[in-house]
Amino acid sequence: MIGRLVSLSGVAKRYPTGTLAVQGIDLDIGQGDFLALLGPSGCGKSTLLRMIARLAAATEGRIDWPAGPPRPGDIGFVFQEPTLMPWATALANVALPLELAGLPRREAAARAAEALARVELAGFETAHPRALSGGMRMRVSIARALVTRPRLLLLDEPFAALDEITRHRLNNDLLALWEAERFTVVFVTHSVFESVYLARRILVMAPRPGRVHAEFAVEAPAPRGEAFRTSAGYAAQCREVSRALAAAMGEAA
Amino acid sequence: MTGRDRGLRILAPLAIGLLVLLGWEALVRLRGIPPYVLPGPVAIAEALVRDWGPLSASLLVTLKITALALLIAASLGLLLAVLFAQSPVLELSLFPYAVILQVTPIVAIAPLIIIWVDDVTLSLLICAWIVAFFPILSNTTVGLNSTDHNLLDLFRLYGAGRWQVLWRLRLPTAMPYFLAGLRISGGLALIGAIVAEFVAGTGGNASGLAYRILEAGFQLQIPRMFAALVLISAAGIGIFLALSLLSHLLLRRWHESAMAGGDRR
Repeated sequence: MIGRLVSLSGVAKRYPTGTLAVQGIDLDIGQGDFLALLGPSGCGKSTLLRMIARLAAATEGRIDWPAGPPRPGDIGFVFQEPTLMPWATALANVALPLELAGLPRREAAARAAEALARVELAGFETAHPRALSGGMRMRVSIARALVTRPRLLLLDEPFAALDEITRHRLNNDLLALWEAERFTVVFVTHSVFESVYLARRILVMAPRPGRVHAEFAVEAPAPRGEAFRTSAGYAAQCREVSRALAAAMGEAA
Repeated sequence: MTGRDRGLRILAPLAIGLLVLLGWEALVRLRGIPPYVLPGPVAIAEALVRDWGPLSASLLVTLKITALALLIAASLGLLLAVLFAQSPVLELSLFPYAVILQVTPIVAIAPLIIIWVDDVTLSLLICAWIVAFFPILSNTTVGLNSTDHNLLDLFRLYGAGRWQVLWRLRLPTAMPYFLAGLRISGGLALIGAIVAEFVAGTGGNASGLAYRILEAGFQLQIPRMFAALVLISAAGIGIFLALSLLSHLLLRRWHESAMAGGDRR
């Protein structure tokens, strides 16, 4: 870990309805880290992610950025759904963050085209979202999140709605992008297999109220690939994380 | 949709229409119904050709008022909806009055408007505008408020200003709703114009199609009355088709509503 990018201390979120979504979260996210937040539905994973993105405010505790607060474009966010503007082409969707930042249209388009090429969508610049498959839409969404070269990439169960084959491909593509560029990733998922395959660190969360139940460091050869997915080490770690997840859910019940 | 289906979609209603017209003409001729009670399609067509001069002039008057009313309704409706979306307080305070404007029958207030407003054209315009305004306002307001909340979050994340959110996100989202409202309002503007012309025409000072109907009625020239009626229907259909085409052209690349017809890519 080179340095801390984001530090959470004693973070809690209570909704106006009185529901306590998360409580007592202490967490350091290191620069270049790949962190998975794993837990059942309703354990506050998404809430935590939104607080890190500053889309929601913590009602208790602090979220610090030791190297300076994020500016627009420092955080990329990938939602559960591709969340594209249906009226805009793939290129225009990806160029949006740059244009909102006031970049000249031509420069924004050039960088957006480059980002689309990085997610293997070169040639689809003029396609509208509805003409693309679910997996391709998600790639557009990832390209949009990466186009500003963010310091932190937040993903909220991005591949949950995709079929397994597409999900595996996108997992590998995300890993390849991360290996190449080493941005910091926080990845929310409810899949044990996905978290072990992707993340360097896994935080298992327990629900009601959402809190950190256990933390794991994943041991794996670099770079990871399909060989890791079928290895004994992978299976063993999945078992271990699974047990922790079951315990986290049992503890809540 | 196959070519055969598409052909059927045009041919079937055409055949029904032709049958009805034939039956109508046969009924009128066989029963010897006088034209001042019920003219046959042929007599109506003759009247349409014979009186094309004054009828087409009246059609133009009515169409002009309809189009102008629709244009004003569309721009004001859009503008007000945008203001509503920017300020919920404004929406809360003004929306009930828009509803009142909508539910008050135009037939009841048209006489007042015609009395209050000296200029006939202006009074007709106001009547047509009143009925055409609400669907656009209401639809566009719903559209502006239906913005995907994740997209709103995304815009916030990238520090978008209010204007950027409006221009790049809310307005495009509202576009299909606005266009649907426009299609409803197109027909309503015509009805509003006709109703107002009827009221004004009773006073003898108007020149639109409704006035022609009244005039023909007074003179017992029933075929001519029907001819004016045919023109009104044709104008309504024309407006609807034109607005549907506009909507299709603007939305066909991305919105489900414009996708029917098998041009999926």
